[in-house]
Amino acid sequence: MSAALLRVDKVSKRFGGFTALQDISVDIRPGERFGLIGPNGSGKTTLINCISGALTSDGGSIVFDGHDVTRLPAYKRTRRGIARSFQVPRPFRTMTVLENLLVAIDFGVESHGLSGDQATAEVMAILEKIGLADKARVSSGQLSQVELRKMELARAMAARPKLLISDEAMAGLAGAEIDEVLDVLLKLNGEGITVIMIEHIMQAVMRFSERVMCLDAGRIVCEGTPAQVMDDKRVQEAYLGA
Amino acid sequence: MTGRGVWFWIGAALFIALAVALALVVRNEYVFFAGFVILQFIVLATAWNILGGYAGYVNFGTSAFFGIGVYTAIFLLKAFSAPLLVQIGVAAVVGAAMGLGIGLLTLRLRGIFFSIATVAITIIAETLIINWKFVGGATGVQMLRPPVTPPFDSYIKMLFVVLAILVVIAVALARYVQDSKLGRGLRAVRDDEVAAESCGVPTLNLKLVACAISGALMCAAGAPSAMYLQFADPVSAFNLNYSVSALAMSLIGGTSHWIGPVLGAILLGSTQQLLTVTISSEINVLVLGLMLVLFVVAAPEGIIGLVRRLWRRVGKGSP
Ligand SMILES: Nc1ncnc2c1ncn2[C@@H]1O[C@H](COP(=O)(O)OP(=O)(O)O)[C@@H](O)[C@H]1O
Ligand SMILES: [Mg+2]
Repeated sequence: MSAALLRVDKVSKRFGGFTALQDISVDIRPGERFGLIGPNGSGKTTLINCISGALTSDGGSIVFDGHDVTRLPAYKRTRRGIARSFQVPRPFRTMTVLENLLVAIDFGVESHGLSGDQATAEVMAILEKIGLADKARVSSGQLSQVELRKMELARAMAARPKLLISDEAMAGLAGAEIDEVLDVLLKLNGEGITVIMIEHIMQAVMRFSERVMCLDAGRIVCEGTPAQVMDDKRVQEAYLGA
Repeated sequence: MTGRGVWFWIGAALFIALAVALALVVRNEYVFFAGFVILQFIVLATAWNILGGYAGYVNFGTSAFFGIGVYTAIFLLKAFSAPLLVQIGVAAVVGAAMGLGIGLLTLRLRGIFFSIATVAITIIAETLIINWKFVGGATGVQMLRPPVTPPFDSYIKMLFVVLAILVVIAVALARYVQDSKLGRGLRAVRDDEVAAESCGVPTLNLKLVACAISGALMCAAGAPSAMYLQFADPVSAFNLNYSVSALAMSLIGGTSHWIGPVLGAILLGSTQQLLTVTISSEINVLVLGLMLVLFVVAAPEGIIGLVRRLWRRVGKGSP
């Protein structure tokens, strides 16, 4: 048994002739706060699509919590404990916020044995924690951008994940809103959930992460503590496009 | 059972009692000829909505299922002289299997690609039957009705009551699906399939179940048609009109609730019967098209949406 919660081993992904990911290997420890950075189009979302099962990788393997999940459909990976938010929010528009989360708890948690009221209570507790409780009965089609991003995280949490992957949950948000979302992620991590955070906003990633990995053009540029990564010449080059 | 559940079953029992009473009292057989068609459309529209409405997978293959239902009945009749209820029961099983098989082939396709694939299915099914001599091939087949079962005095009245029971089964199934976990999963699929899958919804499995239930009901609705007309040929059994009507009735009634397809089928079905008598059956397609356009433009949520909007306005208006 390895100590890693998630082991990504030489994962590759091609779209037609274009290589979006090339031999990506990384281990995530239980309880870790892991930051994933890289310029636009570097393959961050593609990597988490491969991990969560939205895409099937072309090569390599993904082991989660001791099980090989490389070929599992996305819904089974969710049930094993991998939950994610989407970079562009994907609410169930005809449902209220509460109903959105109920889908995740009813389908994402296998045989939870909760009554309807208990499930609602659990979901309300999540909304409370994330600061959306007052919107529970509002149709998700009517939420603001910050609220939608919070709901993405809340819905992921409703599936009781071991690993939460947040894909640019702060993109397009302003100062105070960024701190709000950051606080939420820190709080969840404090409860023992492993978090992979993809983010463009450097200060946020650096404040949040214990370890950071930088991708560029589908390859790992470097990996280390936030300070090490910030100081790395190759990272600066990747971002400056030099 | 909840309060609403009790009312639903009381309504269903009254509905069947009414159908039986009509069959025993009314003499004019035309009533039952027309009523049969309307009830058949209620089953078809309700069946269509389980996949097309709840899951948002627009299916143009209703005629394929319907026609296979007709020919299942014919085959059983010719081969084994099977009684009516056996014809319907076997047709439902065939329809469920067909739904599963076709679903496995097509339900991985999304949106318009799925819809196009379902058009092809009708053509394939019809071609198969055209080349099957035992059930009459392209020229069709004539059949004799067996003697009617008491207390009915005519076969057509009996068919009418059987269809009424089929309506209750179809609507009860649709209602069950809508309120169950399956229904919520399908709704998530319709809203956003990628997000549904990432929430743990086994999207393909749920769509397959919906497609099987829908197919079973469509085939079951087709089976009694063989005895209704005492004649069948591939062109009328696989008539595209069934596909278009089932879809139009659901959309016009409203897809979000089981009552929608029922209302749509009653409205369009009776309009069609009226037009067939007063003008000609050719005009039906035109009227169907016009009403569909009207509703898509003016009331995209169908009759249900209209009623809800009115309800809200009335609610706000009162102190
Ligand atoms: N479904 C897809 N089909 C084709 N190309 C894709 C697809 N998804 C992503 N790509 C391409 O893969 C590259 C990496 O994209 P992505 O992982 O979204 O980058 P990031 O999230 O780091 O901005 C981009 O060049 C993008 O155009
Ligand atoms: Mg991205």
